[in-house]
Amino acid sequence: MGAYLSTFAPSIPTYLHGTLMAGNYKTPLIYVNVKAVFTNTVAVDAYRGAGRPEATFQLERLVDKAARELGVSPVELRRQNFIKPDQFPYQTPVAVVYDTGNYDATLDKLLQMADYAGFEKRAAESKARGKLRGFGLAHYIEACGIAPSNLVGQLGARAGLYESASVRVNATGSITVFTGSHSHGQGHETTFAQVISDMIGIDASQVEIVHGDTSNTPMGMGTYGSRSLAVGGSAMVKATNKIINKAKKIAAHLMEASEADIELKDGKFTVAGTDKSKSWVDITLAAYVPHNYPLENLEPGLEETAFYDPSNFTYPAGAYGCEVEVDPDTGKVEIVAFSAADDFGNVVNPMIVEGQVHGGLAQGIGQALLENCVYDENGQLLSGSFMDYAMPRADDLPFYKVDHSCVTPCTHNPLGVKGCGEAGAIGSPPAVINAVIDALQRGGFRNVTHIDMPATPSRVWAAMQG
Amino acid sequence: MHNFDFVKPSSIAEAVKALSAEGAQALSGGQTLIPTMKQRLAAPAVLVSLTGIKEMQGVCTGDGGLHIGAATPHAVVAREAAKHYPALAKLAGGIGDPQVRNRGTIGGSLANNDPSACYPAGALASGATIVTNNRKIKADDYFQGLFTTALAEGEIITEVVFPIPEQAAYAKFDQPASRFALAAVFVARFKDGVRVAVTGASNDGVFRWTAAEKALSASFSASAIAGLTVDGSNMISDLHGTGAYRAHLVKVLTGRAVAAA
Repeated sequence: MGAYLSTFAPSIPTYLHGTLMAGNYKTPLIYVNVKAVFTNTVAVDAYRGAGRPEATFQLERLVDKAARELGVSPVELRRQNFIKPDQFPYQTPVAVVYDTGNYDATLDKLLQMADYAGFEKRAAESKARGKLRGFGLAHYIEACGIAPSNLVGQLGARAGLYESASVRVNATGSITVFTGSHSHGQGHETTFAQVISDMIGIDASQVEIVHGDTSNTPMGMGTYGSRSLAVGGSAMVKATNKIINKAKKIAAHLMEASEADIELKDGKFTVAGTDKSKSWVDITLAAYVPHNYPLENLEPGLEETAFYDPSNFTYPAGAYGCEVEVDPDTGKVEIVAFSAADDFGNVVNPMIVEGQVHGGLAQGIGQALLENCVYDENGQLLSGSFMDYAMPRADDLPFYKVDHSCVTPCTHNPLGVKGCGEAGAIGSPPAVINAVIDALQRGGFRNVTHIDMPATPSRVWAAMQG
Repeated sequence: MHNFDFVKPSSIAEAVKALSAEGAQALSGGQTLIPTMKQRLAAPAVLVSLTGIKEMQGVCTGDGGLHIGAATPHAVVAREAAKHYPALAKLAGGIGDPQVRNRGTIGGSLANNDPSACYPAGALASGATIVTNNRKIKADDYFQGLFTTALAEGEIITEVVFPIPEQAAYAKFDQPASRFALAAVFVARFKDGVRVAVTGASNDGVFRWTAAEKALSASFSASAIAGLTVDGSNMISDLHGTGAYRAHLVKVLTGRAVAAA
């Protein structure tokens, strides 16, 4: 823990790690015991993945090790133990209930993307060049869309983890959304506007997303834990649905029809079965210029607020494949290919999702091969600057292949989204280390069954010396 | 960073005079000095820039081989030495990153003598001559241990003269964070023998691997050093690698440099 407890720190190795120990598998009974200790070092807190990379690393390294010891295929061992699509919702033995998933689909997709079938040929070609080639597989699941307040309350949290949204429609038809979700690189300004644009049928350029100003935004809980679309987006959807309901009432009044007959499509309100219609702008103007308005039933204005508290975590899952070449003379590991097949449920903006996965992969690969926080025996930080703390750079990383076409929509939020911000950092560390061990094992180094991260050249070389 | 005065002389004589002042420190590319000042590990009262002195810039061939002005940035050496001494140009082109190479200079690197810097290996393997405002110092006499050189207080390197070998190559294994040499070997074959200089590995800085020089002078091939071992006892051991690992790398890199020469 370091010398002091920081905000999230106690929850990470416990609730955000222990509850993931079932992974994608049907293991019937699991016992998790976590001992958190104070040390005379800097306090720790959440890093991308926060507990789920740790859980996934343990589990997927273990599965790989088991496959090796049993002499079975790491692919088939996973398949044999997968929770199957017809078993959802699935109650794990570690408290959480998975809503839905299809792990064979992501695994199949990954094997195809990574040309797993062609690996032996590539390994032979590497060998001819004096390099050891390895393939590392990892299948992950994670719990995000943090979090149901009642659940975290039971677990000892002292905050609620809902999210808020105020949707203010202007007389001209443009919309300002005040969201408790803060955007610091996640692109909410684009995706949140897209969601509203899709719901109402107006152009996304008409939607302004306001965030990060506590003086004008309702109380919200912020951005972390891959929760923005799942929780913040759901709050916004809830508020927007209130807007649409009221707008339909106004439309019904203006077109002298029954509310039940009003349909909204592509920014137009129509009376079912007729050619009567009003545009979005007709309605929004009427709301703020209520000259002919049923004021006994309907207040002027068009502005709604909603708070959304999720009923469960969301559970993105996926299969990652890492291919490495190890230089046996120096121990240097080069990643020659990396493929990621993720199931994020519904995807609002594919480019932003890809960007999130790219970023997560860079961080996970950095952790697996490069990054190391080192203290000496007196508590002096040795890796005190980037001259000694090795951050991944562009030439440390391959061009990734990423895919999110396997979709099992989240069953319990209006957008059916699962969140994608941390997945890359969760699934990649074990994929990389599995690949390094595979390369060494294939190269005849049978005594090397594990190397701790980071698998730096000197550590890999030392492992090879026996 | 603490406050300092800054002067930029346009001649060597002016620079020597400026450096004789109390608390004066020479500044070339600043790639080591500026970060050091930012960490408040150094606080010179006056910085005397050497980058405004025309005679200390440029790459050309002349008496004794390749002449490089001491204040010439690595990027310029990488570009302009390529046709004369390709292995040295490649060494310069592999230092740091583009931003570092646009500022860092050979004079600064040699004056500092960082045990993991690249230029000391290039200079020692080439048997270069370090020319100062005062005298000429042979490479074999110049490097005197960790961050220690033969330079006197206030003495300025003005240019470095490299004899050009018949064959040469520099094999560098990057320390992954700093991209300095975790270990690196410069091999140069001259008519009268082979020189092998090693950087990044020894606690005392750059050194010549004389056993390898002997073997390679007899037979310039990677197999000639197959039976040799490198003594790891005085090698740098840190979070990036043990002394034994560095000793191992020295042998691997020497073989790779010979193959590439």
